[in-house]
Formats: sequence, structure tokens, C-alpha cells
Amino acid sequence: MDAMLHISTSHYLVLGAALFLLGVIGVLTRRNVVIVLMSIELILNAVNLNLVAFSRLWGGLHGQVFSIFVITDAAAEAAVGLGILIAFFRNKETINVDEVNLLKW
Amino acid sequence: MTIGGVLVITRKNAVHSALALIITLLAQAALYLMLYAPFVAGVQIILYAGGIMVLFLFVIMLVSIERTVKERQFNKQWLVGIIAAGTLGGLFITVYTKGKDIFPDPALAAVEMQNTQNVGNLLYSQYMFAFEIASLLLLVAIIGAVVMAKKRI
Repeated sequence: MDAMLHISTSHYLVLGAALFLLGVIGVLTRRNVVIVLMSIELILNAVNLNLVAFSRLWGGLHGQVFSIFVITDAAAEAAVGLGILIAFFRNKETINVDEVNLLKW
Repeated sequence: MTIGGVLVITRKNAVHSALALIITLLAQAALYLMLYAPFVAGVQIILYAGGIMVLFLFVIMLVSIERTVKERQFNKQWLVGIIAAGTLGGLFITVYTKGKDIFPDPALAAVEMQNTQNVGNLLYSQYMFAFEIASLLLLVAIIGAVVMAKKRI
């Protein structure tokens, strides 16, 4: 129990920062659109972790409520993103970000 | 959890990435439990690990994976990515080393027993408007996803 108490808010923040960085690297460097979307989920999860950690720190529930809103947004974003991905794959037969140039003249 | 996150962005096969992401999400649900947020943990497991990841796996299997595995996985922006991540990481490290004492230990009391009830009360009273907007957003997302994925409107 004593060891549990020593996990302070800073530890959660460091973990959230690490997750956020992993998500940023994934978004910037991968070529597969599905994995880019999954990296965005990682970023949103890092934000959620920070929100819940701060909600625990200040003893309120507002952070948890807000993290639920973030989860809702993540679900909507995943649905729309994957729908776009399917439409794109039907047109171009690829899911490579480098070849998404339909609007290029 | 961090290992799961690393696996998400490094695996060649998208299915492996998705499975690693599920592990990450479950580990994060455990962290929510440690932070006395059981409702958020449940929502995380049901919505993320149950709903969104099934969606991801469906799409991965809809689009062909055999060809994409053989292709080059990382684009030419890896240098930009590393630089951006390094800058951001340096920023985080500075903030944490400088501000480590800012955050006091969390209040040890107040382990309330009706977390779900309290969250619901807050959601339906103070955050009523935001809640309705979120439901509207979900409706728009449903319509958008159906329109996007439909073959012929």
C-alpha cells in the first residue's frame, strides 16, 4: 500500500507525455492510414490520462466527465475517418497516405 | 503500456498494431481504476477496446493487407517526425523537471463509493448542454460514416 501511494500525479503526466509523443511520431512517420488513425487514438488516450490524473489530483469529477466527452469525440472521429478510408480505398485501391492526392491539380 | 504504444507505431502488419493498441487501452483502463475512476475505466473497455477496435479490425480486413505489408512502411518525413517529437519531448522534460514540486500528492481521502452516480449527476446537470452537443456530434458522425462508406448514394 505504501508503494502505491508514491505514484504521484507527475508519474501519470510523464506516462501521458510518452504516449502523446509515440502518437505524434506515428502520425508523422507512418504511411498506412489505419495506423495513422490508431496513432491519433493514442494521442487522445494520453489526453484522457492527463484529464483523469488531474481530476484525481484536485478531487473533482469534472476531469472524468470531460474525458468521457473526449472518448465520444474519438469514437466519432474513428467512424468518420474509417468511412473516408473505405471510400478512398474503393477509388484508388491503396491506403497509403503519400498517394492521397485526389485534390491535387 | 508504453511497450504496447511502441508496438502500435512500429509493427508492419496493421493487425498486429491493432492488437498492441488493444493491450495499451486495457492497461490504461487499469490505470483509471488506480485513479479511482471506475466509470471511465468501464467506458474505456467497452467503447475503446470493444467498439472502436472492432471497427478498426473490420476496416483492416476490408482493405487488403497482403500488399501493404510488403511496401515501405515509413514515409520520407521520418526526419521531421523525429525532430518534432524531440522538440516536444524536450519541452515536456523541461516542464516536468522544473515543475515537479508543483503537483502535490492527491487527496487521499474522498474515495467515494458512487462514482458512476456522481459522474451521471454532473453529466446531466452541469454539462447538460455539452452532453446534447455530443449526442448531436455522434448523430452527424453516423450519417457521415454511412454516406462515406456507401457505394452509391
